[in-house]
Amino acid sequence: MEATRGGDDGAVRAPAEAPILQVSNLAVAYNESVLALRAVSLSVPAGAVVALLGANGAGKTTLLRAVSGLLGVHGGTVRQGAITFDGEPIGQAAPAAIVKRGMAQVMEGRRIFGELSVEENLRAGAFTRRDRSGVRDAYDRVMEMFPVLAERRRSQAGLMSGGEQQMLAIGRALMAAPRLLLLDEPSLGLAPLVVQQIGEVIAEINRGGVSVLLVEQNANMALGLAHHGYVLETGRIAKSGTAADLRADSDIQEYYLGAGGGDGARRSFRDLKGYRRRTRWSA
Amino acid sequence: MTDFLNLLVSGVALGAQYSLVALGFVVIYRATGVINFAQGGFCVLGAYLAYNFHNTWGVPFYLALVLTALAGAGVGALVDVTVLRRFVGQPPFVVIMLTIGLLILIEQIVPSVWGADPLPLGDPWGLRTVSPGGVDIKVSDLWTVGIVAVVLAGFFAFFRFSRMGVAMRATAVDLEAAMAQGIPAHRVYRVSWSIAGLVAALAGLTLAAGGGGVRLDIELVALTAFPVIILGGLDSPGGAVAGGLLIGVAQVMSGKYQPEHATWLGQGFPIVMPYVVMIIVLLVRPYGLFGQRKVRRI
Ligand SMILES: Nc1ncnc2c1ncn2[C@@H]1O[C@H](COP(=O)(O)OP(=O)(O)OP(=O)(O)O)[C@@H](O)[C@H]1O
Ligand SMILES: [Mg+2]
Repeated sequence: MEATRGGDDGAVRAPAEAPILQVSNLAVAYNESVLALRAVSLSVPAGAVVALLGANGAGKTTLLRAVSGLLGVHGGTVRQGAITFDGEPIGQAAPAAIVKRGMAQVMEGRRIFGELSVEENLRAGAFTRRDRSGVRDAYDRVMEMFPVLAERRRSQAGLMSGGEQQMLAIGRALMAAPRLLLLDEPSLGLAPLVVQQIGEVIAEINRGGVSVLLVEQNANMALGLAHHGYVLETGRIAKSGTAADLRADSDIQEYYLGAGGGDGARRSFRDLKGYRRRTRWSA
Repeated sequence: MTDFLNLLVSGVALGAQYSLVALGFVVIYRATGVINFAQGGFCVLGAYLAYNFHNTWGVPFYLALVLTALAGAGVGALVDVTVLRRFVGQPPFVVIMLTIGLLILIEQIVPSVWGADPLPLGDPWGLRTVSPGGVDIKVSDLWTVGIVAVVLAGFFAFFRFSRMGVAMRATAVDLEAAMAQGIPAHRVYRVSWSIAGLVAALAGLTLAAGGGGVRLDIELVALTAFPVIILGGLDSPGGAVAGGLLIGVAQVMSGKYQPEHATWLGQGFPIVMPYVVMIIVLLVRPYGLFGQRKVRRI
């Protein structure tokens, strides 16, 4: 994990410009009744990686849905607060309009189009774009970044390993040429080695100038990459600070990093999530 | 032997019509998860619109054919925009009832606008036949097969290779994930309804041609297309075509040979035959000939 990037030097890099994403005082309810988020404020500075940690059901995915305009699919509504992207309010915008403005999402559970080929998945990711040469460039870059995908361009995406599918999900999001990338638990259910690869990929994407909001339960990975972090607890921001501060925080060490840190912690997350252990890794 | 070839051609022509109607069902099912019971009504409207273009407004027949296809697409899009758009996200049951309501509406409107008696389409094919090698073939059958082949080729090229085709398939797999890519679901729906309207209108036109006549009971073709889609797999456009051809040929063949060789099956057998084939196939492959068993890694 340390191979990716230390949070400390990251904190130094975090620029002081206006945030690319600003969530203020946001409350979200499902079915007009269940409050999943209450008065959440969070900001992603342009060019930064921001980690959002939280246990199951804390509301992490709900926050991403609100930001990307997908709450409606789940019967969720924004009850209060505002979301601005690049200084402009996007609270009422349709998902397609938000993607067009430069925000892409890697959804929880990968959600690749299993019956489509790898190539078709990537084309779907570029749906909002009209500039053919730009799409071709993005395609070439994705192929360069993920050699596994280049080898399997024509194969059915649903038949690939979990790690490869996660790479595809990230590649698909990059096809939209986003300036802000939302990632929802990209390490979910993947072997440590693959998690590390994904971490390196995220760092590389960020070096290319893309701001990142990284939702994770793997705090080790997330805080290793991020400049800033937030901890969400039952719909509220319980803690926030630089990645270094959060890593030093005793509560976070106990809950997310495990007393001794390292592998013990990772196993306990898996238990928390009830993951089935995978038997084969081909990524 | 010539008898057999003769039947084969008319079976393929009938099957081609079933394929068109079945394709309309499949496209709507994939996009919205419901069976569109108004599909037969769309066929009827297509036939009457063709009648108007050609007979009332004097448009040359082949141009009328193209206009009918476009008008059919327009009817589909109109139904989506005016009615179904408002019911996105409602339980499938609600949408299914809506399509049934739509069918009833069409059944009421058609006789009051065009009258209850069959009208002649006035197509240049009529009952003419050609006889290459002694096999009598109806000209309208040849044209039907040709038109359907062109439409299907166009559809599959669109579905496989175009941006919108990829978007339609992505949406069928995972609506929310497709929306997250910026694919607007309402456009996918509109295109799907347009395609369903287009193929139905052409099916209606070809059914009315060749001496069939423009009549309300053209809608009954949907009843046969129904076992076709179950047979082919509800979500498989390729299955719709294969299933349509299979049932078309089987129906024409049984219409000829069953009364001669298996009288005990009764007089109406060719009508129930598609359902018999459907049941036999489903016993062997419950998801249809071409339907997908879902492949998914968890
Ligand atoms: N579609 C929905 N309808 C109703 N309630 C929902 C829906 N989705 C989520 N919730 C509720 O909202 C709360 C937050 O859920 P959310 O999925 O955002 O949590 P999360 O932090 O992403 O959890 P996880 O780590 O398990 O993915 C939970 O109490 C959940 O039960
Ligand atoms: Mg979640």
